[in-house]
Amino acid sequence: MPTDDRHDDARIEHQLRSAVPPADAAWAAVRERFAARAARDGLVDVSFEDHETPLGRIRLSATATGVVYVALPIEDADAVVERLAARISTRILRSGTPVLTEARRELDEYFDGRREAFEVPLDWTLSTAFRREVLRATARIPFGTTSSYREVATRAGSPKAVRAAGTALANNPLPLLVPCHRVLRTDGALGQYRGGTAAKAQLLELERAI
Amino acid sequence: MSEVDPDTDGVPRRRRRPPLPPFETVVERHGPALLRFCVSRLGPDRGEESFQETLLAALRHYDELRDPDAVGGWLFAIAHRKIVDTARNRERTPTPSDALEEHAAVWHDPEPTGTIWSRVAELPPKQREAVGLRYLADLPHADVARAMGISEEAARRNVFEGLRRLRRALDP
Repeated sequence: MPTDDRHDDARIEHQLRSAVPPADAAWAAVRERFAARAARDGLVDVSFEDHETPLGRIRLSATATGVVYVALPIEDADAVVERLAARISTRILRSGTPVLTEARRELDEYFDGRREAFEVPLDWTLSTAFRREVLRATARIPFGTTSSYREVATRAGSPKAVRAAGTALANNPLPLLVPCHRVLRTDGALGQYRGGTAAKAQLLELERAI
Repeated sequence: MSEVDPDTDGVPRRRRRPPLPPFETVVERHGPALLRFCVSRLGPDRGEESFQETLLAALRHYDELRDPDAVGGWLFAIAHRKIVDTARNRERTPTPSDALEEHAAVWHDPEPTGTIWSRVAELPPKQREAVGLRYLADLPHADVARAMGISEEAARRNVFEGLRRLRRALDP
């Protein structure tokens, strides 16, 4: 009888599905081995790893050239990966690399008060022309000091482009490593920060700059 | 993103390709099922090896994938071919360790003390493959078909007949 057939089929299907063990810790190890092999074979264009900091969990992404994006805790980290896939390459995997290991170590030292400048290589691909100049100028602002949007615009070669400098800093793909948190408004107010003003204040406090 | 592609008449045609998700997403979504499928087919060591080979091949050719929704079927089609090649190679060049291991055609039961998947191992090859892809890899029929390189009609038939045989085997 057709209804009995369907009932029995459903029972068999249920047995088949429930006999399958779920993914577990073994999966995590296998996944890591695959990611390492893919990186060794030169098939990975962008690697990313998450890292805990006093600000919260950040996601660091890197190419062979260097760190290419730092996602702060307030951002949707998965959406960041999708944007990087669209803008740089779909060959993006969660995987450790020497650059990421170095970035994580330097960030730990920075938050520990044992490091004032970052040496890890950076990949500027996501910023072009004027924005790149603004960020390079920002990278030169010493630890524990602050600057203003006007001053950064001037150092970037366009003293009048204060608003554009502000936009460039708001779009900084490499916060923390490129210290846009050290740029304040000319009137001394904190100004914007992609990671949120609380994070900006926290970083400046950490550096005893305010 | 759109591409302008002149056809033979010289009239430009717009081809809009849907964006591919990050490959990490493919690994997260299909990886566990892919591993289960490879291990159940080839055992833990060769299984992980073919799992890696499959994902590496997919990563290498990822740009060629036209339809992001078809990634499951595409991935398991690669796995299916690699598993068949591995099994065929083992049959051709037996080594002393092969003699100790089961024959390449044996299906490794994912549930150590289970009975139903060992029954699946006794099914004819096409039904065994179809049932595995449907219930172990958890693929829809269209993807089962793509993975096996057969029509969706044939895939449904193989799953259906596999379930029939299992029913007879379990309730004689």
